[in-house]
Amino acid sequence: MLSRTADNLYWLSRYVERAEYLARILDATQRLSALPLAYVGTSNEWESAVATAGCAAAFFKVYDEANEENVTDFLAFSTANSSSIRSCFESARHNARAVRTALTVEMWDAINGTWLELQRYGNGPTSREEFSRFLRWVQESSLRYDGSAYRTMLRNDAYWFSRLGVYIERADNTARILDVKYHLLLPENERVGGPLDYFQWAAILRSVSALTAYHWVYRDSLKPWLVADLLILRDEMPRSLASCYEAIVRNLDAIAGAYGRQGPAQRQARGIRTRLENSRMDGIFQRGLHEFIGEFITENNRLGAHITEQFLI
Amino acid sequence: MRIRISHATTYHYDTPPTGVTQVLRLTPRNHDGQYVAHWRVDLSDNCLVHQHEDAFGNITHAFTAEGPFSTLSVSVEGEVETQDTHGIVSGTIERFPPGLYLRETDLTQADASIVDFAETARAANGGDTLALLHALLAALNREITFDTDPTHTATTAAEAFALRRGVCQDVTHIFIAAARQLGIPARYVGGHFYRADGVTAQEAGHAWAEAHIENLGWVGFDPTNGISTTAAHVRVAVGLDYLGAAPVRGTRYGGAGESLKVAVNVAQARVQAQT
Amino acid sequence: MAAAFDEMKGQDGGVRPAYGELARWLGEVPPDVLDYRRREAELIFRRIGITFAVYGEADAQERLIPFDVIPRIMAASEWRLLEKGLTQRVKALNAFIKDIYGAREILRAGVVPDDLIFRNPAFRPEMSGQPVPHDLYVHVAGIDIVRVDADTFYVLEDNARTPSGVSYMLENREIMMRLFPELFSRHRIAPVENYPDELLATLTSVAPVSASREPNVVLLTPGVFNSAYYEHSFLADKLGVELVEGRDLFVKDEIVYMRTTQGPKRVDVIYRRIDDDFLDPLTFRPDSVLGVPGLMAAYQAGNVTLANAVGTGIADDKAVYSFMPAIVKFYLGEEPLLKNVPTWRCREEEHLAYVLDHLHELVVKEVHGSGGYGMLIGPAASKVAIEQFRAKLKTAPKNFIAQPTLALSTCPTCVEAGVAPRHVDLRPFVLTGRDRVRIVPGGLTRVALKEGSLVVNSSQGGGTKDTWVLDG
Repeated sequence: MLSRTADNLYWLSRYVERAEYLARILDATQRLSALPLAYVGTSNEWESAVATAGCAAAFFKVYDEANEENVTDFLAFSTANSSSIRSCFESARHNARAVRTALTVEMWDAINGTWLELQRYGNGPTSREEFSRFLRWVQESSLRYDGSAYRTMLRNDAYWFSRLGVYIERADNTARILDVKYHLLLPENERVGGPLDYFQWAAILRSVSALTAYHWVYRDSLKPWLVADLLILRDEMPRSLASCYEAIVRNLDAIAGAYGRQGPAQRQARGIRTRLENSRMDGIFQRGLHEFIGEFITENNRLGAHITEQFLI
Repeated sequence: MRIRISHATTYHYDTPPTGVTQVLRLTPRNHDGQYVAHWRVDLSDNCLVHQHEDAFGNITHAFTAEGPFSTLSVSVEGEVETQDTHGIVSGTIERFPPGLYLRETDLTQADASIVDFAETARAANGGDTLALLHALLAALNREITFDTDPTHTATTAAEAFALRRGVCQDVTHIFIAAARQLGIPARYVGGHFYRADGVTAQEAGHAWAEAHIENLGWVGFDPTNGISTTAAHVRVAVGLDYLGAAPVRGTRYGGAGESLKVAVNVAQARVQAQT
Repeated sequence: MAAAFDEMKGQDGGVRPAYGELARWLGEVPPDVLDYRRREAELIFRRIGITFAVYGEADAQERLIPFDVIPRIMAASEWRLLEKGLTQRVKALNAFIKDIYGAREILRAGVVPDDLIFRNPAFRPEMSGQPVPHDLYVHVAGIDIVRVDADTFYVLEDNARTPSGVSYMLENREIMMRLFPELFSRHRIAPVENYPDELLATLTSVAPVSASREPNVVLLTPGVFNSAYYEHSFLADKLGVELVEGRDLFVKDEIVYMRTTQGPKRVDVIYRRIDDDFLDPLTFRPDSVLGVPGLMAAYQAGNVTLANAVGTGIADDKAVYSFMPAIVKFYLGEEPLLKNVPTWRCREEEHLAYVLDHLHELVVKEVHGSGGYGMLIGPAASKVAIEQFRAKLKTAPKNFIAQPTLALSTCPTCVEAGVAPRHVDLRPFVLTGRDRVRIVPGGLTRVALKEGSLVVNSSQGGGTKDTWVLDG
């Protein structure tokens, strides 16, 4: 297939996935900020949200202060931010338009419908309740697109490239969301393992729809290393890095099989997967979770670059 | 006169491109006033170079160099024997009737002030085409100040005329626009000019015009220097305007931060003793 | 202007045979059913129109070209006449272009004046003396035909560059079959659905000699922002070929490649829907980002076929048009089967004088204009408009030609008040391959929906109809 078509499909998926991730971050941050004030001495959850979204530098170019209003606008509705939810949906539709004939009707309807609906939100909801509804709508839109791709696409290279986009973006996002805790301050009078710490972990798990899963898997109270274990190493957890990489390797192998040839992308993906398989939680925590995540994000980006170079240009 | 020419274009890239495609019009051909003794095209890259002749009879070289590379140089070098023909250019390859060279192009379209300029010259010189062209030549040489700053390769004749400034390309475009306006076929010539003042290093090639005069044929007019062409002019390529005769037209894939250096050297070759 | 010939009722008011079934059906069908079907068609088109809306954003509504549910019908004998005439016409066009960029015999013979060619913006000097694969230039032609009586067809315009509209021909048929199966079954209608197959066969047949046995054909589009993008993607889909943009292609060693996920793949035939000017920034407009740098070098090396060839515009120039009868005779030694509308070339003094004296009865068109813009329809124009046009004409007479106002034939058409005659034209698509000329029976019928209007262009309130050619 044309490299440009594959590139459009890949980025279409990435943008939709990213929009969903932003919605999840905003949702979690709203929860955190809704904590009884008594708990929160010096809270910085909105600043943390910007850091987690990976756009702190861009944000502080426009704003001096990270408060609810500024961050919500920047991450959700800003046209100046190329990674806001609005921009992501705009970019997704732009990519979809360019490969209209490579999409199924259902996929097109999903993405076009989302875009049309987005126009109705204008410059953003007027109340917190409405904003919550907006965030739910974003997640539902992503689910609908993802589901339509999964259910209706022919299983060929177009599908595989589209899935690669989903999983590379999702792996990046899961890693970043885990890093939220690194950016979140615990007030001085709060102890690790205390109620605020607990609440923060719970918010993170909830934001990736994994709170229930946690309890099923561990039957234990929330412990940082178990949360990290769930989101990094557990194959059965659909957002985990391990699970994402299982899917990435599978889709890259399918492409290699069909094309009768493999390259740096396949090797890089297998390398990352092997390292995940051979990792243990205590080792990760010994070296530092934040450092582990930083390295993972770099390696994941490198895979993205390999994919681009090998197939998309 | 035997003239030795070297013309090197060197590109430097901060971020190396993945490829560069170019079409070159850098190779002179023979005609009654000019004989190419030898000529060589050299690329810094080892890619294939394809030689063709375009519709106007110019020799072209086309290539695609695959990157990444941080510099790319295209150079030509050779010697040409020339004779003074009092500006009359004969023995050239002519693929079109002179009438074709009345076509307007974007770069040579006459605006109201060029029309005015041309008509004023006609009013003063009557029906003699040669005298009329010489009048245009002298007037442009007088009125247009040589200045490399305000114009660029995409500047039109009308824009340059409004500025009353420009380089040889601009003056030539204005000359062509005015001549065509008067119903005289005219064309663009890219080439080299040997300077009598001993300065051999130049920043770019030269350009002038040829106009077609009944009973005389094509005659070279160099409005930058205010003269008809002489043995100091080496003719490389012709076209309807700069674009048709441009020494290099190219494109780059990827890469960034391109800087360009052009080094032209035009000198009299040492005369070889003939025994 | 004489009364128009109605294709259903003829001159004497009796129903012409090809329309027998349709007339009966129109008599039977209750007006509200017709109206209902009309709205249904609109709905279906609007759904397809969602596809249009993709590219049209907010003005999607305006982009829907009105569709008239009453088909236009031609008898087999009428079509045979047209088919022969079209084949002859397109053969002459190809011979003419080849000659103009080659030996220039027609100029030396003095049949067409030199300066009409050499000073014509549609003439591409760059193509002169450059061979093209199989000596073919116009692979896809859209010849606009109008009719004035039972036997007389005129060619109004030869579109030899990148004619569009064929997607409407195919979509209109699709819709009619869905909406009126019973009316369909009452007729034996020659199919048009094989057009994509015929087009692909044509394109494959003209691949360069150096191409592989299964030539790689692509459709080159300017991109999603082009108004005809829908047609481009529609056709690429039906042909089963890649829809590429300039940036998907590159040239290396005078061979064109497309960038695929499996690496570069050679391209042999480019069905291009980009104008000459934008094809190659190294030869034409240097600021074009739509084209492929180096494409012309590959083309002239004979390694790729462009359909249509570069420079075909010289054949559909309106001033050259006026010489078409002589051109047909010159190359084919035959009398033209299709008539040319008598044309006054305002570049010639005598012609200009005549035109200026008869502006109120003539149609005056810009030589290089299209889409029905910049023209004067004398009989319908106000005194003021005529005087304004007279001034324009006097400043640049060479930019204009004039023709008598033809009484275009009419066909029954659904309008607010019921069914009424409206003026129509026809654009059949003529495909020229290495082996033969192919024309699917039919074409795009355009209809001027405004009462009395002679302008069928969609940009000026025209609509389209399905065109039925009866079999046998």
